[in-house]
Amino acid sequence: MFGKPSRTGRVLQYLALAGYLIFLGFPLVWLLSTAFKPPRELVRLHPTLIPDNPTVQNFVQAFTEQELGRAALNSLQVSLASAVLTVLVAMPASYALARFRSKLGTAALGWVLLSQLFPFVLLIIPIFLVLRQVGLANTHAGLVLIYVVWALPFALWMLQGFVRNIPRELEEAASVDGASRVQVLRRVVFPLLAPGLVATALFSFISAWNEFFFALVLIKTPELATLPVALARFVGIEGTARLGPLAAGSLLATLPSLIFFAFMQRRLSSGSLAGAVKG
Amino acid sequence: MLPTRFRRLAAATAVAVVGLGALTACGDSGGDEATSGPAKLRFLSLAWQKESLQVNKDLVAKWNAEHPDIQVEYVQGDWNSVHDQLLTSFEGGDAPDIVHYEASAIGEFSKQGYLADLSGLVSDDLKGQIDQGVWDTATVDGKITGIPFLLESQVVIANKKLLDAAGVAVPPADGGWTWDEFQGNAQKLTKPGQYGVAWALKSPTNRVLNLALNYDGKFFYTDGGRTEVRVGDAEKEIPKRIHDMIYTTKSASPEALGMSGADTLPGFFGGKYAMLPGSVSLRQQMVEQAPAGFEWVTLPPVKGLSAKQAANPQTLSVSADSKHKKQAAQFLEYFLNPTNMAALAKGDWLVPTGKQANEELVKLTAGKQGWDVAADSAADLTVAPFQQADGYPEWKTKYATPALQQYFANKITLDQLGTQLVDGGKQVLR
Repeated sequence: MFGKPSRTGRVLQYLALAGYLIFLGFPLVWLLSTAFKPPRELVRLHPTLIPDNPTVQNFVQAFTEQELGRAALNSLQVSLASAVLTVLVAMPASYALARFRSKLGTAALGWVLLSQLFPFVLLIIPIFLVLRQVGLANTHAGLVLIYVVWALPFALWMLQGFVRNIPRELEEAASVDGASRVQVLRRVVFPLLAPGLVATALFSFISAWNEFFFALVLIKTPELATLPVALARFVGIEGTARLGPLAAGSLLATLPSLIFFAFMQRRLSSGSLAGAVKG
Repeated sequence: MLPTRFRRLAAATAVAVVGLGALTACGDSGGDEATSGPAKLRFLSLAWQKESLQVNKDLVAKWNAEHPDIQVEYVQGDWNSVHDQLLTSFEGGDAPDIVHYEASAIGEFSKQGYLADLSGLVSDDLKGQIDQGVWDTATVDGKITGIPFLLESQVVIANKKLLDAAGVAVPPADGGWTWDEFQGNAQKLTKPGQYGVAWALKSPTNRVLNLALNYDGKFFYTDGGRTEVRVGDAEKEIPKRIHDMIYTTKSASPEALGMSGADTLPGFFGGKYAMLPGSVSLRQQMVEQAPAGFEWVTLPPVKGLSAKQAANPQTLSVSADSKHKKQAAQFLEYFLNPTNMAALAKGDWLVPTGKQANEELVKLTAGKQGWDVAADSAADLTVAPFQQADGYPEWKTKYATPALQQYFANKITLDQLGTQLVDGGKQVLR
């Protein structure tokens, strides 16, 4: 349909791609640069991208003052648990919503979407009271529970879309071949749903990893604090911040997310291919 | 292939379930406090500067070592989210025993009964250390619901070399310039590529209302139980003078208008601005971030009819729900003794409210790095009408800040500014 691009066209394509990558990557590069700058280089009239006197002092400060290592571990535990549980709960529910259509199902989906519109501030006090009542306030389990509930509506919407894209005929063909319903689900639906499950897991991991407000309000014990809460402590009155340690901490905070994303993205691609072959 | 995937899923499920169980077990802090054993106090601190953090943690550790029967747990909060955090904690009945915040913000919590009355729990010695005007900022309906301990004042930080080059002499700590002198000197310091002053006015309301007290500008007037905003000549004086510096004499940089305090530092260090009106705590950034060889000096607050400014001290309060109010007050007496208060103020580069602490701090620092100026400025800090007006935060956000921004951007006249501020007051004040 499209002809082979000319040499000039190809060069322009690469230039555009490079420009886009620079645009996307610049904040990360600037974060990297700031994280290694000593205080006197942070407020220059003509700032440089490469620090003149790079230092790791910002990292030392970030870790010694706020115990970011422990906070990162807390965040990792909470985010992984949230991602796995969200997928486990959303998978059967989304299948049911997609395959057994009814007015109730449609209404349920509408309600699920509507529930996303409630602002955090409106919900936080009742949630706090309920969690306290059941002994889950100030626990990671309580936080995971909230994150799963919070991520579920979107996860359901996303996954039920993936389920609908799997042709019913495949399931019917497997049934005709003698597969039981469980076998159909295990051998046909689940492999084709893998990319959706990976995308859902990614979504819930990242939303839990970045979440600040619930973690701030629900967790009281310093040892249980998550990374976004620990990072916020480098910001002072009226927006003033300790830029060096904040940049160092933020840089480290992006790493697990990037690694998890890179790992899962590979799964996402392989899952897509597997689905294509099956289809 | 498929069975392998299922084994992985099963393994992931098992890990999640076991993990969640483990998290529940390790995350549960125990909830209910033991009925015997030491009293346990949770102290939510908002210290965030490196030195200040260290001083806070050291003092708590020292207290804990010396008082096995009253143990304090240091919990760090942050200024940006502390209000929501506290509101939820108070509503949920799980607030920290000791709360660090600021006078203008604790009024709301005091009125809702969340904070204990410390009047009978604080010693006369501590009460006598702090001026009544400063106590008033943390007193609501006759109840002291916070101990004011650190003060912020507005001073002027100047580039010493540029002052010398322009022949502008540095005034003594107790003899600041008048506004006329300040404006005249800003003019002398203005030349191509260099402005005399950078007024960082991204959030102008607090600064304008603070400085308005120089000319007795109150903005908020209460008659017969009803509060209203009035903008007369006294209230107009400071906005007008700043506006004149930007647009008439052009001695103040127009580009600084959209900046917050710290944003002006690169230009200041680069010689683009000669003077920075700002908080006394800005000195810390001078020490940490000024280039080698950069000479800076702290000038005293500028004077109108007086050098008065609004005092909005940082405070330490005790929760009304705390089971250990007496012990909390005991800890606060220790935490805020003159030596400790001086150390806390030094760590945050702020002015201690206690007279003895202030003297100790000047002695300790030999008055260098502007500590003499900071100490003297404490005498001019007082409670301002806007700090006690219900609805001030809403008026500030919805009406005053946008109106002042428009005025300083030269989009409305001084009279239009006055009208907008008064009309805004009618909308939100009761």
